[in-house]
Amino acid sequence: MEIAGQRIVSARETGLVACRRCARVWPMGRRTCGRCGSALRSRDWGSLQRVWAWLTVGIICYIPANLFPMLKTRVLFSESEDTIVAGAIELALNGNIGVAMIILIASVAIPIGKFVAIGYLAISVARPERLRPAQRHRLYHIVEFIGRWSMIDVFVVAILSALVQLNFAASINPGPAAITFALSVIFTMLAAISFDPRMIWDRDGQGPDRQ
Amino acid sequence: MSNPAAEIPDDGLDEMIACPQCDALYHARMPPDGRRATCRRCHTVLIAPRQGAYARVIALALTVMVLMIGATTFPFLAVNVAGFSNRASVLDSALAFVDGGLMASLAVLVVAFIIMVPVLRAALVIYVLGPLALGRAPLRGARKAFKVSEDLRPWSMAEIFIIGVAVALTKVSDLASVEFGPAFWMFAGLVVVIVLKDGAMDRWSIWKSLDSGS
Ligand SMILES: [Zn+2]
Repeated sequence: MEIAGQRIVSARETGLVACRRCARVWPMGRRTCGRCGSALRSRDWGSLQRVWAWLTVGIICYIPANLFPMLKTRVLFSESEDTIVAGAIELALNGNIGVAMIILIASVAIPIGKFVAIGYLAISVARPERLRPAQRHRLYHIVEFIGRWSMIDVFVVAILSALVQLNFAASINPGPAAITFALSVIFTMLAAISFDPRMIWDRDGQGPDRQ
Repeated sequence: MSNPAAEIPDDGLDEMIACPQCDALYHARMPPDGRRATCRRCHTVLIAPRQGAYARVIALALTVMVLMIGATTFPFLAVNVAGFSNRASVLDSALAFVDGGLMASLAVLVVAFIIMVPVLRAALVIYVLGPLALGRAPLRGARKAFKVSEDLRPWSMAEIFIIGVAVALTKVSDLASVEFGPAFWMFAGLVVVIVLKDGAMDRWSIWKSLDSGS
């Protein structure tokens, strides 16, 4: 692709406002995109507030998700309740180390990593930052791509609860953590979607370009 | 720093493209058929034209809808333990949360993520691209329809569901024997078709056609 200028310049530096949906550019000051009808904003500083709001509720929901049981399993007359971590440990003890790792990565490592990454990105665009824009943008891509996969555990609970309903022999039912965990994943996805990654590149990554 | 905007007349702006992810500005140049033009600094795919792409996307979207009907009506999985057996459809899995109050909202979300959103996105894409593939003007509301389809993209989770099935099966394997129904294979196929469908869509070309058509 041919760059517009001597080096890579942003639409904003060029006095243009770009549509984030259809990539069409317009003279700065235009309000709506004539191609796709979306609202135009060169930089959406209000988006940071939305990022923090969604991230906060996402973290709040994640706490009960780990304290309450995700699954209630009954085999004959013995009943057990498993939290996310306890369920993964049990899987590992039964020899399913690979599956235990999938659960731990999808339900613990990814959510916590996402909280940290989104918080860091939101802070990083508001002040001069050492980490280069390309690296921060890669982090954003990873967060955006991988975040949805935390939903695995919710689906596992759904499938098990539907499948294992065998009268006296065995039954599995969802615990309250299933809903708070699902909400935590959804809110964190909304936080990532609210973030405007174009701000990472402003002034070569040296803080906000407010005018 | 030079200011290219001063040199670009207003009516030339539709020959420019700005990366939606990092705002880098380029002169839009169609890459050769089947190749992709990516952003030089953040590597986001900007333009990816493909000959006959509209017809292919429509065919794939129709396949999604047919497979989803099959995947939700045929038996999905069945378990057997000591003479007791139970079978569950995809819909049963989603509705597993229905019984307990607040849990019902989770059932709604799961139905949405694995059934409604993939089907709705397929339907919207057919509505948007159908007339374009026939060389006609876009239908009313096509731009809004495509917008909704794009917004729903991260919320289409069929592929995550199928991995969830794999994990769930290893969990019950020591408790019960499991049988796969035809719906399982349909759903697995569905995941592949959705990936192919989304991969064949070139957003830049579609928005351009919707623009000149209205
Ligand atoms: Zn870019």
